[in-house]
Amino acid sequence: MTRSTDNEESAPSICRRSFLKLVGAGGAVALLGGNVAQATEIARAPRKEAAMGVLVDTTICIGCRSCEAACNEVNGLPKPDRPFDDDSVLDQPRDTSPTAFTVVNRYDISKDVQITRKQQCMHCVEPACSSACIIRAMEKQTNGAVTYRDDLCLGCRYCMLACPFNAPKFEYSKAAPLIKKCTFCFERQKEGKEPACVEACPVEALKFGKRSELLKEAKRRIHADPKVYVHDVYGEHEVGGTSWLYIAGVPFEKLGLTELSNKVYPELTSGAMSTVPAVMLMWPALLMGFHYFSHDKDEAHKERSQHDK
Amino acid sequence: MKKLVYLLIGNPKKMFTPFNIISGLIIVLGLGLIVVRLLKGLGTVTNLSQTTPWGLWIGFDVMSGVALAAGGYSIVATVHLFGLKKYEPLVRPAILTGFLGYIFVVVGLVLDLGQPWRMPLIMIFPRGVTSVLFEVGMCVAAYLTVQALEFVPAFWEWLGWEKLRQFWSKLAIWLAILGVVLSTLHQSSLGSLFLIAPTKLHPLWYSTYLPLYFFLSSTIAGLSMVIVESSLSHRLFAYRLSPSTHFDLDDLTLGLGKGAAALLYIYFFLKLIGLADGNNWGLLNTPYGFLYLTELIGFVALPCALYVFGVRTRNAKVVRITGLWTVFGILLNRFNVSMIAMNWRESPHYTPSWMEVTVSLALVTMGVWLFRWIVNRLPVMSEDKPAVGTNSLKDLWELEAEKA
Repeated sequence: MTRSTDNEESAPSICRRSFLKLVGAGGAVALLGGNVAQATEIARAPRKEAAMGVLVDTTICIGCRSCEAACNEVNGLPKPDRPFDDDSVLDQPRDTSPTAFTVVNRYDISKDVQITRKQQCMHCVEPACSSACIIRAMEKQTNGAVTYRDDLCLGCRYCMLACPFNAPKFEYSKAAPLIKKCTFCFERQKEGKEPACVEACPVEALKFGKRSELLKEAKRRIHADPKVYVHDVYGEHEVGGTSWLYIAGVPFEKLGLTELSNKVYPELTSGAMSTVPAVMLMWPALLMGFHYFSHDKDEAHKERSQHDK
Repeated sequence: MKKLVYLLIGNPKKMFTPFNIISGLIIVLGLGLIVVRLLKGLGTVTNLSQTTPWGLWIGFDVMSGVALAAGGYSIVATVHLFGLKKYEPLVRPAILTGFLGYIFVVVGLVLDLGQPWRMPLIMIFPRGVTSVLFEVGMCVAAYLTVQALEFVPAFWEWLGWEKLRQFWSKLAIWLAILGVVLSTLHQSSLGSLFLIAPTKLHPLWYSTYLPLYFFLSSTIAGLSMVIVESSLSHRLFAYRLSPSTHFDLDDLTLGLGKGAAALLYIYFFLKLIGLADGNNWGLLNTPYGFLYLTELIGFVALPCALYVFGVRTRNAKVVRITGLWTVFGILLNRFNVSMIAMNWRESPHYTPSWMEVTVSLALVTMGVWLFRWIVNRLPVMSEDKPAVGTNSLKDLWELEAEKA
């Protein structure tokens, strides 16, 4: 079992998963689960080639919030209480919301060093939200975007629980609520345009392109300036990879990018899901067996007591 | 007209008991809050947030509701599949409790969903086949049907449709198997739901064994609920038993306690294996560690020992109290996994609003009312004519007509 986002950790973790499956429901299930995972892997391979992404260079970002303003405009969201050029907004940490699909936060690293970072949906290579969605309203598109079908969503909010980045946001104050999040400007991309935030960035802190090429670009920048950058690209391997990638001059955790495993998130539940057919096949047969044994015992008991009379 | 009133609610003058008044008030308040929730959205009634999308209505109504409604399939399997026929008298009340429990779960879920009217879409467009929640939804829907079919013979008896009743008894074994298969799947899947949130669920509760834990503890919850429910219903509804039926409830209680003790014993060691597997020993000496130990020692090991003690000394009272204790233990476990140890890094941490609590209480109360209403009319406690009242619609009609 290989995949293009392969890394050193994946081999032992698969062994472990297979072992647990074995414990849980027997060897047949492990084989079945493996085959399913392999099949989906093959089906997804070409998609990864075409996938687009954005490289965020936090050493360039000036925290002007032009990206926020552009996002607000393109998505037709209500205007915020304080205007986008009001820098005092940055004094408070903010999260994205149903009316703000991206926000820029300022992180005070030391007295003199302050770094601003834009956050939004990461558009995972293998999104947890999509695998968790009860009706697959969250869909991974070939261009990398994770889009949302607002005509299907039931509002169960399992995507919110599943997302390691807490990207999906819910309209708690509406009677017919929906999930809201960054769309990676899917419609604009179809017209051949860049995402609005990338286009609006005045300092080119955001770079739009093929994910595979952005990874090369990120590494090129790190190599060119090894003293400036942390020697890592956030999103290359995290949760199996994300379309949005970050490079930074300080450890990512100081910029609110939490440390995550390289485990492909949908695979966290696929093992358990693969036991379903086994339970459906094996349980009835076993239970029928129990039934007949106990039935025989019952009958035998009756017969014996009749015989005794 | 008067006849119909008597038929539906009994003597209206006897309705205003303290229990009815208090529970009635809770229901009225709960229904009011439900209306507010439906008109104004979840945010006005619940303390849910963008970081805590699931609260009491999932943690209690769904997670705990499903676990505590496991008595139905547990006792049906005991009697119909494992051939322990002496537990037969407990089957119908347990099926009814389970069935009403699942209805409560579905109502709770409907209230929690953003757009519940779209629920049929998951069957029309079955797209989410990789979703654990999809599997839970399908299994719960199917199992609700199975439970309705399992209970319906009581209804045929009530109507006096003997032939249909006889045909139905042939289905029992198949319904029992379906019930166990569907329950195995969705009880364990409720645990699998949390496998996708390794960073959000506290490591002491996050385990690849979660599905196994949830399934095993559901059988424990099931047996314990039957112990509690049978002792309550045989006391409160003793008059609905037929004078001719005689069985030793204490003996059955001890038998169920024995089963529950064995299951708790296995569950305890599986939890230890999970703890070792995650290598989380160091976390035990933290506030969350104390909570974990409270659950493991106080609500798994202790009831296991108490069940054994009760069975060895043939003390049914100890077994009953332990049953209740175990039920609280299962509640604590489901609360921990879905709410308390969930998003444990978030501050402030989620606590339910009084409105969420009231709605949940109102739903439970409605379940109790419905249970009482059905037990007082249909042949649930026993199939033969009960000591007080009647089991058949025809008799009831004549009886109430006389009184009216």
